[in-house]
Amino acid sequence: MRKIVALTGNDAVGTAMKQINPDVVAAFPITPQTELMHKFAEFHANGEVDTELVLVESEHSAMSACVGAAAAGARTMTATSAQGLALMWEILYVQASCRLPMVMPVVNRALNAPLNIHCDHSDTMGARDCGWIQIYSENTQEAYDNVIQGVPIGEKNDVRLPVMITLDGFILSHTMERVELLDDDEIQRFIGEYQHPHSLLDTENPVTYGPVDLPDYYFEHKRQQVLAMERAKDSILEVGRAFADLTGRDYGLFEEYRLGDAEIAILAMGSTAGTAKEAVDQLRDRGKKVGLLKLRVFRPFPYEELGQSLEHLKVLAIFDRAISFGSYGGALFSEVRSALFGAGRIPLVTNYIYGLGGRNISVEEIGSVFDELEHVAQTQQIENTITYLGVRE
Amino acid sequence: MAHMTEVRWHGRGGQGAKTAATLLAEAALSEGKYSQGFPEYGPEREGAPMRGFTRISDEPIRLHCTIDSPDVVVVLDDTLLEAVDVCAGLATGGTVVVNTILKPEDIGKKLSASETKLFTVNATQIALDEIGRPIPNTPMLGALIKATGILKIDTIYNEVQEKLGKKFTRQIIDGNIHAVKRAYEEVKKE
Repeated sequence: MRKIVALTGNDAVGTAMKQINPDVVAAFPITPQTELMHKFAEFHANGEVDTELVLVESEHSAMSACVGAAAAGARTMTATSAQGLALMWEILYVQASCRLPMVMPVVNRALNAPLNIHCDHSDTMGARDCGWIQIYSENTQEAYDNVIQGVPIGEKNDVRLPVMITLDGFILSHTMERVELLDDDEIQRFIGEYQHPHSLLDTENPVTYGPVDLPDYYFEHKRQQVLAMERAKDSILEVGRAFADLTGRDYGLFEEYRLGDAEIAILAMGSTAGTAKEAVDQLRDRGKKVGLLKLRVFRPFPYEELGQSLEHLKVLAIFDRAISFGSYGGALFSEVRSALFGAGRIPLVTNYIYGLGGRNISVEEIGSVFDELEHVAQTQQIENTITYLGVRE
Repeated sequence: MAHMTEVRWHGRGGQGAKTAATLLAEAALSEGKYSQGFPEYGPEREGAPMRGFTRISDEPIRLHCTIDSPDVVVVLDDTLLEAVDVCAGLATGGTVVVNTILKPEDIGKKLSASETKLFTVNATQIALDEIGRPIPNTPMLGALIKATGILKIDTIYNEVQEKLGKKFTRQIIDGNIHAVKRAYEEVKKE
């Protein structure tokens, strides 16, 4: 039976993992791991999952064990955060490049130094080129739903890629919210049984993973990965439709919020999108034509669809919760602006870097950004393309 | 938008502000409401000033930010009044509930906001009497409910029973429920 409960993001995602009941979970059991894995280990200790839980000595080892498990044909999961993701770095590429599906919830937290355990997107935005699908969550319900959807999205035979599901550190991971939990059976039916077509343990049909691949074929394999990532878009949409049929909760590549007739909009990922909806509503009540685009899927990056949704705007602000040092603005800004160059017309685009290291972002601050954008729309002049929102200079 | 109530908890590390903030959020759910409960994580030291937040609404809550303009402020430790502006952002006519041995009129002088609905209760003494430890969070839930009517008091009893029931002995659970009840009855309005 479905249940409405109050759970933290960590507990909700830990529960999703329990309900998915993966074959193998490999995890590093202490900080930077969050309570998410603690929760899952509790389910494991209580005999509520059939999972083989492998506790390893580092995040690098956790991801390495996941490569082995996934190659053997196991439905595989782990979870991590911040420094933990950074330590997985080398093996993130291996998992994706061996075309081994798995789902990994990542609690978005800032990277050291200085030491900070709070939310920003530096960890996963840094991992944007490693070949994993990346899906961001606005609230705890979405984090829970996305983890479940992640399983069939990545396992689809013409995709076969690992999936990161992110949730904002503390803001979602440690906040208790209302969540509707699905029934175990309906989740099992939704994700189906996993049949690995090229299991390492299938001795009748022997295969090799990660062998030497010299200049004669390496490039072709990378090209195949690119194509798999492109096909992931259809898989995400297909799974999203099936999930909507099951739950009534609709998920696409992104969500347009009061965007259709908007002249001014912001684009954000993660929990800030919820706060921004309040700001949009308040300004709409005052007759302002403002809107929001909440980007859910960052990898594969839906450049064409974004271009179509944003080209009618006069002014657009991209909210980046991470810095790409030395680049012109945040990574999200660069990619969205680049996407718009292929669109019919190009709005004026600005960039706000915000919320680093868990700095709070309020409705009022987002409102003040809309005020600035309105000024840009009136004058057709961008004074500051890149703004560090609320920073003390 | 339907009405949303925002509660900000001020306590010191170890006084249970996080538990109170999340317990209130959980309780709201059993009345069919939407809710959010979270603490502000900082250097987690016993005795350091800290804050907790609870939102309760009839509709889904989309905000994911700290509460800067609360409707209600709960102060678990009156020595904080010397250190922190607990009334920051509180609307005119907002509610303040303070755990203190002082009289409401003496507490009123220490607050930055005037025209508040001020309530006081000696929650530390109640906690010592009923639970045997000076942790004022559960009695302050009782005082908060009396002061605001935000939820039914029976909902809090059930929630305390359920939440503590998993971890503690009957004696501690009963102690907490008595503490909630006493604070509900003993809280005084200015």
